[in-house]
Amino acid sequence: MSLRAALFDAALEVFDQKPWPRIRVDEETWIRAIFGLHAGDVILTALWGEPGHVHMGLIEEETGEVLVLSLACPDGRFPSVGVTHAPALRLERTLREMVGLVPDGCPDDRPWLDHSRWGLRHPLGAAEPAPAEGAPYAFLSAEGPPMHQIPVGPVHAGIIEPGHFRFTANGETVIRLEERLGWVHKGIEGLMIGADLDRAAALAARVSGDSTVAWSLAFARAVEAAVGIAVPKRAHWLRALMAEMERVANHLGDVGAVCNDAAFSQMLNRCGQLRERVLRAADVAFGHRLMMDRVVPGGTGVDLVDPRPIAETATAVREGFRPLIHLYDNTVSLLDRTVTTGRLDPALARRWGAGGHVGRACGRRFDSRRLPGYPPYDVLRFDVPVRETGDVDARVWVRILEIGESLKLIEQILAGLPAGPHRVEVDAAGAAGREGVAMTEAFRGDSFIWLRLDAEGRIARAHFRDASVFQWPLLEAAIAHNIVADFPLLNKSFNCSYSGHDL
Amino acid sequence: MPKFLIESLLRRPVTEKAPVPDEAALAELGRRLDALAHRRLGRSLAIREVDAGSCNGCELEIHALNNAYYDLERFGLRFVASPRHADVLMITGPVTANMREALERTHAATPDPKWVVAVGDCAFDGGLFAGSYAVVGGVDAVIPVDLHIKGCPPSPRALLEGLVALVEKSA
Ligand code: SF4
Repeated sequence: MSLRAALFDAALEVFDQKPWPRIRVDEETWIRAIFGLHAGDVILTALWGEPGHVHMGLIEEETGEVLVLSLACPDGRFPSVGVTHAPALRLERTLREMVGLVPDGCPDDRPWLDHSRWGLRHPLGAAEPAPAEGAPYAFLSAEGPPMHQIPVGPVHAGIIEPGHFRFTANGETVIRLEERLGWVHKGIEGLMIGADLDRAAALAARVSGDSTVAWSLAFARAVEAAVGIAVPKRAHWLRALMAEMERVANHLGDVGAVCNDAAFSQMLNRCGQLRERVLRAADVAFGHRLMMDRVVPGGTGVDLVDPRPIAETATAVREGFRPLIHLYDNTVSLLDRTVTTGRLDPALARRWGAGGHVGRACGRRFDSRRLPGYPPYDVLRFDVPVRETGDVDARVWVRILEIGESLKLIEQILAGLPAGPHRVEVDAAGAAGREGVAMTEAFRGDSFIWLRLDAEGRIARAHFRDASVFQWPLLEAAIAHNIVADFPLLNKSFNCSYSGHDL
Repeated sequence: MPKFLIESLLRRPVTEKAPVPDEAALAELGRRLDALAHRRLGRSLAIREVDAGSCNGCELEIHALNNAYYDLERFGLRFVASPRHADVLMITGPVTANMREALERTHAATPDPKWVVAVGDCAFDGGLFAGSYAVVGGVDAVIPVDLHIKGCPPSPRALLEGLVALVEKSA
């Protein structure tokens, strides 16, 4: 029997959560799950809490089956997952400061998102006033005589999101990188509490602006699952069309940006032009360049009237991108910077459940469009490209190949777009206490969401877990023993979200 | 050299016609830009972008200003890496409590005369995030703002119209 099935058998109570179950377990079963994570039988997909309860989302990689375990913490404590399974460490630090639940045995008790600036503590639990003048942060040390530290951020040199990187280097070689994040924490999960569906959808669309379609889709699917409504077929296809356009646009931006950090600006310029064409097509077709707020619970906010601009753009991008692939693959000075740079150990990628190009560049085939899967991808043909070397080059290649796959998907969708309505009404009143979960594939990996509805059909609680949450720690691992000057390249090749992480 | 690289030397540029400066922006700017600053800066402005809490949507569109279609640099505007080199601070996002000090320090590090451009609905009044325990509010809750460019996110075209107005007024 699989671990997931065994855990399910040990359930004390099964909650009304769709499409995958949430169960209440005892401490023994909770610990059994932790050992299962350690053994690699299941992957940790989320760890979050609410007053009195901690929740652990697990996914069985082979089947894509998700299970959420909940443990009651009447005395405000729960057995630490992070002490055994390191990917949970930052999640537990977040849980402690946001909800006030204490992970017993967690080896890292430093705050994470809470920089002592909010004027309160435990905003998602029993909030109480706290000083807001900031607090010093104890960075991890690295020992040895010739080390020096390089602090970078939160305000960076480029047009990017804020974060702090603390490098400890020996000459040019990075010995340790430690990230400090949380700067763009906006309290999104707090704002979700009590929000009506429209407002909540708008917030979900702004978890991470570059993945607005993927996050809106995750939110919509979770609401639809909780309420128990089926959306029209056309809506599924339009949503996938937008999601693939978003993927193409972002990957084009990233391929250009990685090459630009190796001082090869021609690629940035060309990729930037192609990206602009995709955004303009989105604007013409859906009325917004980033397609923000276009995926809503019940379907899509707008219908597609004229598919031609998108079809023409897909052709133009395919043709315009072909010589760029050739250029990338044949410019030795560029490859010299990307090949073997920033190698990530595949064992770490698997352990952290790294999604998107970070995982796929290390041979991890996981793609939530396939498993758990959601329509219309079950009837569309596409490959999930994988590379094995785990370096910057591999992450660039995964993107290059995914652009091709997404263009194929866009063409299939346009060719087979079902007729009919693009939206149905969602009436969430009467769905009190019902819960929904969803996982969608953003350009950087799987986006996971959980939510519960209240008696008025509003959001009682919600939790977002961006793919970046498990990718950020891997960036620290990948930069070790590389030179400082390669960090921008490596960082771009990951392109983790700050906003999606900080929430 | 690949053929298409040579082609790009011969091809007509894709860059589009300059927009006319935004009327509302001109009016808002009229209040603060003085003659002294005009003389000091001429028609060239260096911009330092600071994300004070954005969702990153605004950054994407600011980035687009550098692509060949909009080609921001032809207006004498360019992005610089340090506030020390900047005439303009371009701020996005609701200002989060965690970013407040970093924003204040960046502003203090920017030499006078300087302008602050708040980009996006969030930077205007906190947008959708206003009222959160973790958000201070719009940019002018922390530092004085000279020009607001609204939108969620504002399109590159809207950004250009606002910025061109800034150059007009400061030239
Ligand atoms: S204005 Fe819109 S795009 Fe800009 S940061 Fe705010 S939510 Fe994001």
